[in-house]
Amino acid sequence: MTRLPITKTPKVYVGGAFIRSESARTFPIKDASGAFFANIPQCTRKDLRNAVEAAAKAGPGWARRTPYNRAQILYRLGEMLESRAAEMADAIALGGSRDAAAREVAAAVDRLIYYAGWADKYEAVLGSVNPVSAPYFNFTVAEPMGIVGVIAPSDAPLLGLVSLVAPVITSGNTVVALASESSPYPAVVLGEMLATSDLPGGVVNLLTGFHRELVPTFATHAHLRAISAVANAEERKILALGAVEIVKRTHFAKAEEGQDWFSDGAQSLYAIRNFVEFKTTWHPIGA
Amino acid sequence: MPAHATKPPTAHVKGKSASRNGQSSGRPPTQIRGRAAPALIFGDLWEFDPAPETADPKLKSRYELFINGEFVPPKSGKYFDSINPANERKLAEIASGGASDVDAAYEAAARAFEAWGRMPGRERGKYLYRVARLLQDRAREFAVAETMDNGKPIRETRDFDVPMCAAHFFYHGGWADKLEYVAPGRKAAPLGVVGQVIPWNFPLLMLAWKLAPALAMGNCAVLKPASNTCITALKLAEIFQDAGLPPGVVNIVTGPGSTGGLIMAHPTASKIAFTGSTDVGKVIMRSVAGGDKRMTMELGGKAANIVFDDAPIDQAVEGIVNGIFFNQGQVCCAGSRLLVHEPVAVAVIAKLRNRLRVLRVGDPLDKNTDVGAIVSQAQLDTIREYLKIGVEEGAEMWQPPCRLPSKGYFLPPTLFTGVTQSHRIAREEIFGPVLSILTFRTVDEAIEKANNTAYGLSAGVWTDKGSRILKMSTELKAGVVWANTFNKFDPTSPFGGYKESGFGREGGRQGLLDYAKLI
Repeated sequence: MTRLPITKTPKVYVGGAFIRSESARTFPIKDASGAFFANIPQCTRKDLRNAVEAAAKAGPGWARRTPYNRAQILYRLGEMLESRAAEMADAIALGGSRDAAAREVAAAVDRLIYYAGWADKYEAVLGSVNPVSAPYFNFTVAEPMGIVGVIAPSDAPLLGLVSLVAPVITSGNTVVALASESSPYPAVVLGEMLATSDLPGGVVNLLTGFHRELVPTFATHAHLRAISAVANAEERKILALGAVEIVKRTHFAKAEEGQDWFSDGAQSLYAIRNFVEFKTTWHPIGA
Repeated sequence: MPAHATKPPTAHVKGKSASRNGQSSGRPPTQIRGRAAPALIFGDLWEFDPAPETADPKLKSRYELFINGEFVPPKSGKYFDSINPANERKLAEIASGGASDVDAAYEAAARAFEAWGRMPGRERGKYLYRVARLLQDRAREFAVAETMDNGKPIRETRDFDVPMCAAHFFYHGGWADKLEYVAPGRKAAPLGVVGQVIPWNFPLLMLAWKLAPALAMGNCAVLKPASNTCITALKLAEIFQDAGLPPGVVNIVTGPGSTGGLIMAHPTASKIAFTGSTDVGKVIMRSVAGGDKRMTMELGGKAANIVFDDAPIDQAVEGIVNGIFFNQGQVCCAGSRLLVHEPVAVAVIAKLRNRLRVLRVGDPLDKNTDVGAIVSQAQLDTIREYLKIGVEEGAEMWQPPCRLPSKGYFLPPTLFTGVTQSHRIAREEIFGPVLSILTFRTVDEAIEKANNTAYGLSAGVWTDKGSRILKMSTELKAGVVWANTFNKFDPTSPFGGYKESGFGREGGRQGLLDYAKLI
C-alpha cells in the first residue's frame, strides 16, 4: 500500500506565529487541474486589527535596528527563498507549469537582494544636508512612517507581494499585508520563510482572505499610517476616502492596468521614498 | 499713536502676586520649582514715539483676476472688499472668480505648459531669477502692502516675508537647469498643470513655496490666494508681467473658499497642493479621492516647544515668544504648547511674563510693533472662543497689561498655565497668540507629551546639550525640529508634516521632487 502523504494546513503568519483566522472561516482553493488543494484562512477585520497590533509591537525595535542589520535580514530572507525555491515554485504552480513559477521565484529573490542593498544607502541618497543662511547645521533624514498596509495584486502572487513589502520594510516600517485573493497559497509559504529569516516576528504580517471584506478596514484603520495597494478603481476610492480621517498616505498601482513585476522598473529607490517621512533638524552651531 | 505696554490691565488680567511666583492656583506647589525672577517694571516709565513705515504700497482700488498673463474681470462681474485688519478700512476690491474663470485659468495653463514644460531649464530658471530680483527691487512697497493686507507687523514683512519670498524664487531658479540631480537614477519630468490653494497667514511666502518649485520643474500653475489676503499675490502678478513670464504659466484666481474647491477638483490639475487647516485639507482629500491627482498637503499643527533645565533661559524665552507670537501666532508650525522642565518652570514663566509686558501690540505699520492685528474678525472670534474654552476647562489665563487700538482686530499675547494634555487648548490648533504651558520631569515624559497629538508639523528643543538635541530630534514625530531656535525657515530646508499635519515637503530637493513625475 502506498503511503498517504501528509497535507499541510495553511496558516497565515501574524506576529511571528502561524494562525488561522479567529473566525475559523476558510475558503477552498484548487490546484491547476481544478482539484481541491487546501482550505485557506478567510481572515476577518478582527484578524487585521490583531495583525496591526502585532506590527505596532514590532515597529520600534525594527526601526531601531541598524541599517546594516536590516540589510542582512533582508538578504537572509532572499537566502531562505532561494534555498526553498522549488517548494515556492510548487506553491505558485500548484501542479501547473513550473517554468513560469520558477522565474517568478528567482525574480522575487533578486528583488529582496535589491532592497537589502538599499537598507544602508537610501538615507544617504534621499536625505540631505541643507545649506541654510543662518548658523545652523540643518539636515534632513528619512524616517519610517510606522505601520503600512499592503494590498497585493492578484497576479504574480509572490513577486507582486514581495515587490510591495520589501521597500516598505527596508526603511524600518512594519507591514500588514493582504495576499492575492485568487492565489493566496504562495503568501502562506512565504510566511514560513519569513519565520526562518531572522526577521523579527510582527514586522511582516500576512493575511489571506477576501479583498472586498478587508479593504474597507485597511482604509479606515487609524494605526495604519500608509497604504501601498494594487487596487481597482472602486478599491482605490474606498482606500482614499478612508485615508482622509487620519491623513493617511496612499500609494496605488492600478489593478486594471496590470504591472510588469519582472521589469527593473518595478523596483526603485522611490518605492522606499514613498514610505518614509522627511524630518529636518536645525541644530545650532557655536557655543 | 501705537499702543504699547502702558496702562493697567483689563479685567481678565491677574495681579502681580500671581506673576511673581508663576504658580497657578490649584496646582500642588511641588509641581513647579525654581526661583522666580523679579518682576520688571516698565509700564509708564517711558514712551515710544510712533515710527510708522511710510513707503507707498502702490495699491490699486480694484484687483482683477490674473489669467493668461492679463488682468481680466471675473465672468460674474462680482467683487469683494479686502479689509485692512488693523483699522477695518477697505483697501481694495478683489475679483470674485467662479467656475468659468477657473476653467479659463486651467485652459491658459494647459496651453502654456506645451512650451514651458519643454523650455530648456536654463531659460526657465532665468524667469524665476528675474522675479526674485524684481521683488527685491520693490521689497519695501510689497512689505507695506503685505502688512496692510494681513495685519502682521512691518518688521516681519520687511525682514522675513518679502525677503524670504524672493529667496525662494532665487533658490528654485537655480534648480531649473539641474533637475537631473533631483532624482538620482530616474529622470524628473514636470507633471503638467498644478492647482494650488494657499492660506492668509504668509500670503507672499506661501505663494513662493508653491509657485517657485512648481515652475522650476516645468509645471504651470493655477493658484488661489486666501480671500482675506489677495493683494500681494496680484501685485506679484505685475512682477510676472514685468519679468516677461510667458502668459498662462501662472494664473491667479481670487474668490471665496468655494473657488478654491473648484481649483482643487479641476480635471486638468495633475497635482494639487494645499496649505491650510487640517479640516479643509480633509475636505479637499475627500473631493479628489479615487482620482489620479497627486497631492501635497501642508496642514495644521500643535507644536511642542520643549525647554530643558540646562537651556539658556533668556534665549529660550525669546524663542518661546518668537515661537508663538510671531505673526500673532497665526502660524501652522507655531510653538503653541510650551513644555517646560519643572526645575526651571517658575523662572521661565516669570521671565516670559516679563517679556510679554514689553511686547508692543498695535499698529502693524509701526516699526516698533511686535504683535500686529489678527487677520479678520472671524479669526479673532475663533481665538476668543478658545480663550473662553481654556478658562472654562480650568486653565489659568494671563495677559499682559496692554492698551489695544480702538479699531482693528487685536488681541493681547496670552498665556495659559495649569494646562493638561486633555484640555482643548492643548490639543486643538488655535491659530492665534495663545500659549498653553505644560510641565514635565523627565526626557521620556517630554517626548511622550510632545508626541501626544494628532499633528506633527514642528517641534522645538531648548538645551545646552548637543546629544540631547539629536536624541529629541530622533524621537519627536514632527517634520521640522528646531533646536535652540524656533520658526526658522529657508528655501534649502524641507518643510512639512507628519501625521495629520499633512504630507509632502516644501523646500529643498525633497520639496522639488514632489512637483515631478519620475520617468
